[in-house]
Amino acid sequence: MSIPLEHNYIGLTETSPMERSSDMLSSSTSSTLSTEDEKSSALNLMETELRLGLPGSESPERKPGPGVSLFGKDLEDRNNGYSLSPLKNPVSGAKRGFSDAIDGSSGKWVFSLGNGSEVDLFSPGGGNGGKPLGGLEGKHNTQNSCPSATPNMKEAASVPQSLKPVQEKKPQVPAAKAQVVGWPPIRSFRKNTMTSNLAKNSDAEGKTGFGCLYVKVSMDGAPYLRKVDLKIYNNYKEISSALEKMFSCFTIGQCSSHGLRGRDGLNESRLKDLLHGSEYVLTYEDKDGDWMLVGDVPWEMFTDSCRRLRIMKGSEAIGLGLSYYNIHSE
Amino acid sequence: MDPMRKKDCHDSGESVRVASTFPDEVLERVLALVKSHKDRSSVSLVCKDWYDAERWSRTHVFIGNCYSVSPEIVVRRFPNVRSVTLKGKPRFSDFNLVPPNWGADIRCWLVVFGAKYRCLEELRLKRMTVSDESLEFLALSFPNFKALSLLSCDGFSTDGLAAIASHCKNLTELNIQENDIYDKSGSWLSCFPENFTSLEVLNFAYLHNDVNFEALERLVSRCKSLNVLKVNKNITLEQLQRLLICAPQLAELGTGSFLHELTDRQYSELKRSFNNCNNLNVLSGLSEVAAIYLPALYPACTNLTFLNLSDAALQSEELAKLLVHCPRLQRLWVLDTVEDKGLEAIGSNCPLLEELRVFPSDPFEEGIVHGVTESGFIAVSYGCRRLHYVLYFCRQMTNAAVATIVQNCPDFTHFRLCIMNPCQPDYLSNEPMDEAFCAVVKTCTKLRRLAVSGLLTDLTFEYIGKYAKNLETLSVAFAGSSDWGMQCVLGGCPKLRKLEIRDCPFGNAALLSGFEKYESMRSLWMSDCKVTMNGCRFLAKEMPRLNVEVMKEDGNDDSQADKVYVYRSVAGPRRDAPPFVLTL
Repeated sequence: MSIPLEHNYIGLTETSPMERSSDMLSSSTSSTLSTEDEKSSALNLMETELRLGLPGSESPERKPGPGVSLFGKDLEDRNNGYSLSPLKNPVSGAKRGFSDAIDGSSGKWVFSLGNGSEVDLFSPGGGNGGKPLGGLEGKHNTQNSCPSATPNMKEAASVPQSLKPVQEKKPQVPAAKAQVVGWPPIRSFRKNTMTSNLAKNSDAEGKTGFGCLYVKVSMDGAPYLRKVDLKIYNNYKEISSALEKMFSCFTIGQCSSHGLRGRDGLNESRLKDLLHGSEYVLTYEDKDGDWMLVGDVPWEMFTDSCRRLRIMKGSEAIGLGLSYYNIHSE
Repeated sequence: MDPMRKKDCHDSGESVRVASTFPDEVLERVLALVKSHKDRSSVSLVCKDWYDAERWSRTHVFIGNCYSVSPEIVVRRFPNVRSVTLKGKPRFSDFNLVPPNWGADIRCWLVVFGAKYRCLEELRLKRMTVSDESLEFLALSFPNFKALSLLSCDGFSTDGLAAIASHCKNLTELNIQENDIYDKSGSWLSCFPENFTSLEVLNFAYLHNDVNFEALERLVSRCKSLNVLKVNKNITLEQLQRLLICAPQLAELGTGSFLHELTDRQYSELKRSFNNCNNLNVLSGLSEVAAIYLPALYPACTNLTFLNLSDAALQSEELAKLLVHCPRLQRLWVLDTVEDKGLEAIGSNCPLLEELRVFPSDPFEEGIVHGVTESGFIAVSYGCRRLHYVLYFCRQMTNAAVATIVQNCPDFTHFRLCIMNPCQPDYLSNEPMDEAFCAVVKTCTKLRRLAVSGLLTDLTFEYIGKYAKNLETLSVAFAGSSDWGMQCVLGGCPKLRKLEIRDCPFGNAALLSGFEKYESMRSLWMSDCKVTMNGCRFLAKEMPRLNVEVMKEDGNDDSQADKVYVYRSVAGPRRDAPPFVLTL
């Protein structure tokens, strides 16, 4: 069967339409683009779209082999393949993205940066255009600093070749990390208690009582996580400099590319510079399992509700309404 | 022989008196003992007299879909109802597949009940939208109100709970199960008046804010009939111990956090308090558990029939040690942190087990994931031959394993298997999981509820249609190859009542193949399948007694029907549908 593969599906080599739409997405702080934006981005990107189905409703239905096209939806109905679907109502957008992604694919595409909240804009549900897009931008800037995003892009890059053969065989979907709205079918109260359980349980061993509040801190690209005791800090400034000291070893590589080598000792301003350069953003997961920007709420409220911290690549935080200046307003 | 009937004049103006061999009073007395809804339904169909007797004697009404009937119709038919159970949104709303403000608001029901059911005592709601105003209205309008149970509801805050606590003088049950509640503060608990003593059931396990512990302690002390107490995780072990002293009669206990450091003395006091709880049948909570304190529980576990550890991230050894003390366990819920070894311990220690639910501790794979595999499930099946209800989240499964499992446990009535990666085949043979579900439906003839997962072709659905003759509920996601699959199910399962499908390649032909069947079902849900608006319109036109609703999402092509919800109704189309719900 002939599938009009329009070269690479997410337009990796076509940066201009990507950037255009990424600009649109990053400038949008609400969760839904206006219809005009959607339509115009769709028009811009039609050329670069991967079509896994024949366009036009008159097209004959694909005759799927066993288990092959489990989601043979007409993709022409969608605004784009998957990565650029506009930030619609996250409920729909995310789900749509997964189905599109999984369609005739190895399913390894997309969004493996996990987080606790399904409906969160940045739950890698694929419909959140910001997420994979951010990944793309990340790819442009730094190739190796984001291990979880990189595999996506590597798979993506190789997809065009693998796509045709995949059509004919059963899709193997090993460990697809794609997150879809409502899948696995766990009720949200259970997710919240689980995530806090995991955090608290690991905190529980070895220390007790109310005296300290250890939370995990992860940084995108770092090979291991750290733990900090939120109780020993009094404000955002303190924790920010502590974190920067802790993770300085992982940022050296970035520093050099920003020409900051030569300054002896990292100090707060270096991380700030990195952060101002939109290199990293400090986010945290709250009691409800949502990922929030650090700095919005009073310090006490933050320590009360923070379950874990994540130093996220700024490019992936597009759409968190991000302005890093928020954090430094304390 | 024509039965001579004497008819009471319930209807105004009419008075038909016939000599009777079976007076209505007797009939009503007898019918009062008939509790099951299905039986009552059958009774009402016998003849007009029985219909009347049944409707007058019915005190509890169960409405599985709040839009299938209107409140006016209900109160007109059943004038003496004192207990109402209502379910609202489609089940997939639990997984965020239904946009907010969809409906199922209790308000219009309460208004009608306020007028006609002055004696209302119990209200049990599932997946309904309930506002604080509605709760206040409830608290003020029904002087005999006794029991409120809210499960998976949304739209209210702790202010509504405060209204209930303040005004319901005869309250026996306040059961706030897992809801999307705006948890403002814990002060609602302090609203129970100091002379209030009738509480029997109190469940606030999933509320986040601190309640005033002293108020709680006093409440528990003075409510001598309290037999269900489920506290939230803010209650410490020390506080729990004090509560247990006040209420050793508890049959169901949900603990708070099982974590904080105890001195030796505190620990032995705790153990002694548990020792005094001789009536405990149900235990839950144990969030944030420090395993070293678990032995304090052991004395209370002898009579446990239901142990809910789905909030407790236990390891396999900890679970094994605990289970040794729970010989009578019939229902067990765990997290997959116990892994296969923990499941083996279940197989070894719980011969009476009938229900097992294994929940994923890390469903989105944010950490290093082990979880459970097919071997754990097999181990349970060898040890727990009475198993008939299973909910199992795993990341790998094989056809052979499932075949073994159902061979060991052929009495499954509820088989819900969730292989968490969509479309995953048998990981050893790389085949689809069709044969697994074939084994299930062939062997488990009593199967009433089935949830399938993994890589599945139409063959699975052929088997289901052919063998699952008692199937009532089927949940399908990311499965099937063509319309034929769904057609098999609709053509084959005579008792099917609820069918919920997402992300499957079933289109209009499948949808329309069942159009006569839908009137015998409660509902059909299809989301992200291949159904179009035209197909839905056709269905709506052919079957006027069905409500065919389509939920539209912005920006998508108008011809696709993204989410379709079809249900039978005697109330006609919804009058409160939000703009994104189109009734065709």
